[in-house]
Amino acid sequence: MKKQVSRRQFLKGGLAAAAAATLPLGLVEVSWGKNNPKNFTFAYISDSHLTHIKGTEFVRNFDKGLKKAVMECNFMSPKPDFVVFGGDLAQLGKKEEIDHGLEIMSRLRHKVKWVVGEHDFYLDMGEYWQKKVSPLYYSFDHKGVHFVVLNSILTYDEWVNRWSSPMERMLNMARLDNPNGSPFMVKEEQIQWLKKDLKAISKDTPIVVMSHSPLYKIFKPWNFWTEDAEEVQSVLAPFQKVTVLHGHVHQILYNQIGNISFQAMMSTAWPWPYPVSYKQKPNQVPKLTVFMNRADPFKERDATGWSILNLEDGRVTNHYKLWENKDRILKYDKEKGHLVDMEYQDPSKRIPPQTHY
Amino acid sequence: MRTILALMVLLGVSWCGFAGADEFTKEDLKKWESEFMSVVKKGEALFHSSSLGKNKVSCDMCHPNASNTHPETYPKFQKQLGKVVGLRDMINWCIQNPLEGETLKADDPKMIALEAYITYERRGVPLAPGKH
Repeated sequence: MKKQVSRRQFLKGGLAAAAAATLPLGLVEVSWGKNNPKNFTFAYISDSHLTHIKGTEFVRNFDKGLKKAVMECNFMSPKPDFVVFGGDLAQLGKKEEIDHGLEIMSRLRHKVKWVVGEHDFYLDMGEYWQKKVSPLYYSFDHKGVHFVVLNSILTYDEWVNRWSSPMERMLNMARLDNPNGSPFMVKEEQIQWLKKDLKAISKDTPIVVMSHSPLYKIFKPWNFWTEDAEEVQSVLAPFQKVTVLHGHVHQILYNQIGNISFQAMMSTAWPWPYPVSYKQKPNQVPKLTVFMNRADPFKERDATGWSILNLEDGRVTNHYKLWENKDRILKYDKEKGHLVDMEYQDPSKRIPPQTHY
Repeated sequence: MRTILALMVLLGVSWCGFAGADEFTKEDLKKWESEFMSVVKKGEALFHSSSLGKNKVSCDMCHPNASNTHPETYPKFQKQLGKVVGLRDMINWCIQNPLEGETLKADDPKMIALEAYITYERRGVPLAPGKH
């Protein structure tokens, strides 16, 4: 207990130091150590899509986004226990792009947990990623929470083998609206691994699953979709507190299916429209989500950002750090049994920029 | 001889145009639709290629299926430019800025193809000029 008090005093000092710094970074009040020693903070950066042009040239805009997130993470006070990178570090899975991403990420003063995205994977089927970055799926325990990282961007073997070159395959997976695309999958081998991994975990242990694609079905034409999501959900269903954190969709998106809360992370590179704005095909965008503001293309960092996540009583409270908009907070409401936006959930509180059409 | 031929062609065209003004067949409709769709296809290819810019970025990276482009709302007051502009002005803005490329002339076949693709993906949505 004494240790916690001194830690809190240290945190206060940290807050003052951060306030004195020139960065206008919104600080997050955490209940870390207050009532529950298991509460803690981590950060989430995702979808930087670093794009190689030629030689040592990369797309400036996308570099800027990742660098900004890294810098702000380093200013976090209290410090995060770790940082998660949510996938799509690269645009076309090139060694140049992954190396460039690792170089920018190496400036982080925190440990990183990596999730693989389809843009990192489909050039060499994850070979360079596994060699240089991380295993594709794994689990770890942290302060009483069981974390699982899944590789959710696998697909049918026939699709993988139909292309004349690795780059042709990569380009076809990279095109979001590709009519010749193929749905994401976790696949049987990993589902069996997940079952085994969770076997020894008690049902009241909070579970946080991190995948690149959403582990539910939103819009197949853009692969906001995991084909075998229901099978994964059924493995997670017996646990009392489950959170799935995912990237890929480049937008604020959240949902509740049974006991599982789903939350999307922002991209540091660019935002994607909500599928509701494509009128030719039906979608299943969750009604629970209060949309992010419609992005202003003249503001390069609009509708991009990163997240500070607090583990509070086994549930994830998400502080979206939005660079051109007011920050948003998602918190699990025990009475309602789902996530709520702390400011905008009530329809009467919503604002015109949240209308997408 | 060449002059006579030219005259015949001229007369022929004007004669056909005169008599056939309101006569067209199902085959004609099919042909015109396929002409239009071939331009839509060209637009789709341009929209998904990095050839319009200089930094490998393409339009579809932010606008899958040309969504969130709102062609039905143009011309409109574009608050960031402080004036009423057409869709083509925004296409050129995107080519110049995120794509770091050179603007297209209004009558450039590439511009027509981009407009054809963007509006085709938005078919069925009522016109709403000026809507933000």
